[in-house]
Amino acid sequence: MNLDLTKKNLSDVNYFLQHLDKKSNERDFVIKNPLGSHALCAGLQDEMSVTIKGHVGYYCAGMNKNAHVTVEGNVGTGVAENMMSSTVHVKGNASQSAGASGNGGTLIIDGDASSRCGISMKGIDIIVKGSVGHMSAFMAQSGNLVILGDADEYLGDSIYEAKIYCMGKVKSLGADCVEKEMKKSDIAALQAILDKNKIKADASKFKRYGSERKLYHFKIDNVGNY
Amino acid sequence: MCGIVGIYLKNKKYNKQLGKLLTGMMNNMASRGPDSAGFAVYNKSNNFKYTICLHGSLNSKDLQKNLKTKIKSFKLKTISDHVVIITAAKPEKVLPLLKSIAGIELVGYGKSIEIFKQVGNPKDVVKKFALDKFSGSHAIGHTRMATESAITTNGSHPYSTGEDECLVHNGSLSNHNNLRRTLIKNGIEFKSQNDTEVAAGYISDSLMNKKSLKDTLTSGLKDLDGFYTFITGTRDGFAVVRDEIACKPAVIAETKDYVAIASEFQAMAHLPDVNKANIYEPKPGVVYSWGS
Repeated sequence: MNLDLTKKNLSDVNYFLQHLDKKSNERDFVIKNPLGSHALCAGLQDEMSVTIKGHVGYYCAGMNKNAHVTVEGNVGTGVAENMMSSTVHVKGNASQSAGASGNGGTLIIDGDASSRCGISMKGIDIIVKGSVGHMSAFMAQSGNLVILGDADEYLGDSIYEAKIYCMGKVKSLGADCVEKEMKKSDIAALQAILDKNKIKADASKFKRYGSERKLYHFKIDNVGNY
Repeated sequence: MCGIVGIYLKNKKYNKQLGKLLTGMMNNMASRGPDSAGFAVYNKSNNFKYTICLHGSLNSKDLQKNLKTKIKSFKLKTISDHVVIITAAKPEKVLPLLKSIAGIELVGYGKSIEIFKQVGNPKDVVKKFALDKFSGSHAIGHTRMATESAITTNGSHPYSTGEDECLVHNGSLSNHNNLRRTLIKNGIEFKSQNDTEVAAGYISDSLMNKKSLKDTLTSGLKDLDGFYTFITGTRDGFAVVRDEIACKPAVIAETKDYVAIASEFQAMAHLPDVNKANIYEPKPGVVYSWGS
């Protein structure tokens, strides 16, 4: 079914997709002329496939539960923020805070992601085929951030237990983020993520980064610094 | 919040549509800044153009009479409460004269720039000044959600503190009071308590010292403390810069015919061939400039 945003209004399209008739077999949707709309396809609960033809605004497919959303264009701030499960695939570039606070599912970005990609991620897998901007995986708690390109400054600042894999150059690491040994089990785990998402890349060529766990506890020696 | 937009034409074929393109951009950013709006259009002229705002006590006929005795030859273009004085007379003569006339305020001047700004919803403001009728080479616009100073005409953007210069800003500065004092000592004049005007003054001061626009904005990254995405225009140039944290949004769309910048893609969705444009986000702390 085609949904044209020059003919239907954004709230009506979102409401329709959010309250899909559970008995309906119509599960494939194409959204035309998104014209940079915000919160498009936010909060989709049911299984369906949505293809958005064009560039969208902020918070696209946020809180996604069971929908497979593909954007044939660029996305604004906070794509797939707080996603719970399923997939969101962006064929262009993403703006800031892609996959922010994501709990689960997979976000794939074919282009670059800008600053703070995967900020506070809580279990989501984010795969960026291009590069990521500064402060990516800031305070990331769990899940995997996989970067095929480069990472800008302060990667993984104040990170908890999320894993970062980067194939390209890392400009600098943030506080408490360190390079970690890429064990056989890590290579296997990363290769499984890549294969599952049909991404042709050799997991052994990535470096792994994670928390040094020095910020987990307050050190009395630092009392004078506050 | 605030919305900022700008368009720089690389190809003359869109010159006549410049105002129309910027109108669409500003209308789509009205939701980011419903308090006031303004725009600067660059269209080169052999004469000087002085844009002034009438404050009600004086109308354009009174102004005409007043100027006749002091300037040899001039033309007035009146649009709503703004008047553009078009004349060969140089700023050294005209600026003190304009300062001596009560009931008017200079908004901007130069051989290319015309600036219009007013309180009210951006959609009404652009209609009032008939922005869609303007042509030119580049243009910058702003929709304001007021934070730092009052909702008045001179609290609205763009700010112009030098010949053919202007600046729009999304964000807020924290060291503007200190910087204002330094710049006043250097001879820069300010008309408001607004933080953005200080940034505009900083740019004018640096350009007067023969620094390039790119170098000016690069040193601004050190000297201007706060959150910002700036779009700034000069007679032949156009630039955008974001602070190093980059919380304030910006997106660039570039085609062979134009470069457009806006707070959100929504503002550019109607531009010609935008779906074929190279669309990217300016990196934090990097100056992007076009022209000279």
